[in-house]
Amino acid sequence: MPEQPAAERVQNFSEVPYGFSDDTAMAEAGRCLQCKKPTCMDGCPVGIDIPGFIKEIRDGNFLSAIEVIKQTNSLPAVCGRVCPQESQCEELCVLGKKFEPVAIGSLERFAADYERTREQLPLPARAPQTGKRVAIIGSGPAGLTAAGELNRLGHAVTVFEALHSPGGVLGYGIPEFRLPKEIVHYEIEALRRAGVEIVMNRVIGISETVDDLFDQGYDAIFLGTGAGLPMFLNIPGENLQGVYSANEYLTRSNLMKAYRFPEYDTPIIRADRVAVFGGGNVAMDSARTARRLGGKEVHLIYRRSRDEMPARKEEIHHADEEGVIFDILSNPLRFLGDDKGRVRGVECLKMKLGAPDDSGRRRPVPVEGSEFVVDIDVAIIAIGNAPNPILQKTTAGLKTGRHGTVEADGATQKTSKRGVFAGGDIVSGAATVIEAMGAGRRAAAAIDEYLKTGAW
Amino acid sequence: MHTIQSNELLSPTVGKMVVDAPYVAEHRKAGQFIILRIDEYGERVPLTIADADRGAGTITLYYQIVGTSTHKLSQLKKGDSLKDVAGPLGHPTEIKKYGTAVCVGGGIGIAPLYPIVGALKEAGNRVVVIIGARNRDLLILEKELGVLATEIVVCTDDGSHGKKGFVTDALKEVAGREKVDLVVAIGPVPMMKAVSELTRGMAIRTMVSLNSIMVDGTGMCGGCRVSVGGEKKFTCVDGPEFDGHQVDFAELMERLGAYRSEEKLSYDAHRHKCKLDGVLNDGR
Ligand SMILES: Cc1cc2nc3c(=O)[nH]c(=O)nc-3n(C[C@H](O)[C@H](O)[C@H](O)COP(=O)(O)OP(=O)(O)OC[C@H]3O[C@@H](n4cnc5c(N)ncnc54)[C@H](O)[C@@H]3O)c2cc1C
Ligand code: SF4
Ligand code: FES
Repeated sequence: MPEQPAAERVQNFSEVPYGFSDDTAMAEAGRCLQCKKPTCMDGCPVGIDIPGFIKEIRDGNFLSAIEVIKQTNSLPAVCGRVCPQESQCEELCVLGKKFEPVAIGSLERFAADYERTREQLPLPARAPQTGKRVAIIGSGPAGLTAAGELNRLGHAVTVFEALHSPGGVLGYGIPEFRLPKEIVHYEIEALRRAGVEIVMNRVIGISETVDDLFDQGYDAIFLGTGAGLPMFLNIPGENLQGVYSANEYLTRSNLMKAYRFPEYDTPIIRADRVAVFGGGNVAMDSARTARRLGGKEVHLIYRRSRDEMPARKEEIHHADEEGVIFDILSNPLRFLGDDKGRVRGVECLKMKLGAPDDSGRRRPVPVEGSEFVVDIDVAIIAIGNAPNPILQKTTAGLKTGRHGTVEADGATQKTSKRGVFAGGDIVSGAATVIEAMGAGRRAAAAIDEYLKTGAW
Repeated sequence: MHTIQSNELLSPTVGKMVVDAPYVAEHRKAGQFIILRIDEYGERVPLTIADADRGAGTITLYYQIVGTSTHKLSQLKKGDSLKDVAGPLGHPTEIKKYGTAVCVGGGIGIAPLYPIVGALKEAGNRVVVIIGARNRDLLILEKELGVLATEIVVCTDDGSHGKKGFVTDALKEVAGREKVDLVVAIGPVPMMKAVSELTRGMAIRTMVSLNSIMVDGTGMCGGCRVSVGGEKKFTCVDGPEFDGHQVDFAELMERLGAYRSEEKLSYDAHRHKCKLDGVLNDGR
C-alpha cells in the first residue's frame, strides 16, 4: 500500500499508509482464489467471511463488502489498521506459500473507509426491547463489541468508562499516525446512535462496586477494563523527571493531544535524545511518537535480538525507516540524573543470547564488563502492562489469576461470580484488539443466553 | 457538562468554585479528589473536594492560580460550565476515633483539610486546627474551620494575621502541652516535610496528602508515582494520603517541577491570547 515517505511523516502525526484506491482495491481483490476451504478464515479470531467480502470488492460492490464484514466484526476500520494480519489471516492465505498473500487487512480497511466516508449502511436492526439491563465496565474494544451486540439483541446497555473519552487503548494508546482518532469517534457515535448509553468519567470500584450496580437493577455485568497498569524496570533513578511509562507518554500525546501543545494545555517533554525500553508494539509506538515530537536520536533498547521482538514486523520496519536506532541485546542498569533531578543518561549492559527459555526464545545473558552509557533527556518504559487492579480488589467473589488477571471461561467468558462476565486484556493479559473483540462477542452471546434462561 | 453555580476570587491568587456534579456530591468522602477538564483543550486537573451539597448536587473546589489551567478556571463565570468532572477518586481518609488530632493546613492545602476536620470531629475526636499561609490574603476557610474545630490556631509568615511564624512552631506548642494521637498535614511540600520531620521525633502518626502531577487519576499512567518507604506508589490510587514519615519529599518536590519550562511557555501563550481577546472585546 502506498505510504507517506518516512522523511515527511516524522514531521507530522497523519496516518502513514494512504489506503487503496477503488481500482487498486478491486485489482487486489481479484487476486483472491475464492478458495472452497478458505484457510485464511481459520486465522481470524472473529471468523470474518473473508472470501465473501473480497468477492464483493472485486465486483465493485463496496457497500455489500462491508455488510459481510460487519456480520462478525463491528470495528473493521480499526481492525483493518491494527490487526496483526501477518500472523493471522494473511499468514494462512494459500497464495502466501508461493507469492504475496492477499492484502486482506488493507481490503478490510478499504471497505470500512468506503462506508465511513462515502456511503453509509443503515443502522443494524435492533431486536425488540427485552427489558433487561447490562452494565459494561470499560469502553475498549472488548466492552464496545459486547455493548454493540447486546444492544442489537434488545437489551438496555450502559457502558461505564473511567476516562473522559471512550475507546480504551484505541483512544489513549495507539497513536494518531496508526489509527486516526476520528475513526474511533465515528465507531462510537454509531454505537450511541444505535442506542448504547456511555457514561464517562466513572471509575467503577472506587465510589461504587460491581455489587452496587446489581443493586441498581443491572441484570448482568461485563468487565472489560483491560490491562492498563504500567510495569516499571525497578532500577535506580526511575523516578527522575523525564522518565515516563509508555502509557503516560502515549496518553499525554494521544488522548491529551500534547503533540499540539501549547494549543492543547497538556505538556510533554520534547527531547532531542530519547530512549525507549522494550520491543513490542507499545515500544514501537513510543519510539515513533518520540521521533515526531522532535527526537533527533531515538534509541530503542531491547534485551534480546531483533528477531525476538514481539512487535508486528510492519511496525519494526516503520520504526526503522523513520530512523529509530535499535540498540538490541542491551539491558538497562540504572538511570543517571543531574542536580535538578532530570534524567540525563542510562547505563546499560550488553547481552548475548544463551539457551532458550520457557517462551522458546533464547535467553539473554549479560556480557561481563560491557557497561556503556547512552545520553538521554527522556526515557520511555514500554516493557508491558498488567491488569489495573481496582475491580479485582473491590469485587467480592471474583477469582483472579496469577498476574492479576480475572479468571473467565474460554467459551462463555463467565467469571466465578454469578452474573459477571469478563473479557479482553483483563482476562488474557495484554493481547490484541481483535482478541478482545472476540471475547466481547462470546460474552455477549453468553450474556444473552443467561438473561433469557437465568441459568448460570 | 457541569454548570458553575459560583466562582469568586478570595484573593488575587486563590479562587473558590461551586459547580454541579451530583454524582460526586453524592458519593464523595473526606480526602477524595476529582479531576476536571475545562474544555476540549484542557488538561486533566486534579482538585480536592473541599465540600459538597448533596441536595443541590454541587461540590466546592478551591484553587490557586499558578498556571494556564487555573487561570482559565478563574475566568469562568456563573452559568459557564466545565466539560468533565471525574470522580470521586482516591482513597478516602481513614476516619475513626484517634483521641486528639491536630490538622495542619498550609495555603491552598487548607481546602482539602476542611472535610477531614469535619469527619474527624464527627467521629468524636478532639480536633485542633493549625492553619498558616505566607500572608493574610492567602488564608482561606478560617471562619468555617473555626466553627468546626475544637480549637484553631492561625499563623502567617509575615504576621499580617494571627500569630507570626510557621505552622510547625504552633504544632510544637500544641504537642508540648498535650498528647497528640494523629497529625494530618496538607500544604506545600516543604511544609508537609517539616511537619513530618518534627512529628517523627515525637513518634506521632502523621498523614500527609500529596499533590503529585497526574494525568488519568486511575492508576494507568504512573506519572503520579512517589517513593513511600522505598516503594513505588501511585498517588491517585494508592493515596493521595500517605504516612508522612515514609514519603520521599525531596523526590516529590523535584517531580513537581518536571514541566516548569513547558508551563511557562503555555502560560505566556495563554496570557498573550487573553490580551488579544481583551483588545478585541474592547474594540467591539
Ligand atoms: C500502545 C499500544 C499499542 C497497541 N497496538 C496494538 C496493535 O497494533 N494491534 C492490536 O491488535 N493490539 C494492539 N494493542 C493491544 C490492544 O490495544 C489491547 O489488547 C486491547 O485494546 C484490549 O482491549 P480491552 O477492551 O480489553 O481493554 P482496553 O482497550 O485497555 O480498554 C479498557 C478500558 O476500561 C477503562 N477502565 C479501566 N478500569 C476501569 C474502571 N474501574 N471503571 C471504568 N472503566 C475502567 C479504561 O479506561 C479503558 O478505557 C496495543 C496496545 C497498546 C497499549
Ligand atoms: S486463503 Fe487467500 S486466496 Fe484463499 S480465500 Fe482466503 S484470502 Fe482468498
Ligand atoms: S495519575 Fe496516572 S497513575 Fe496516577
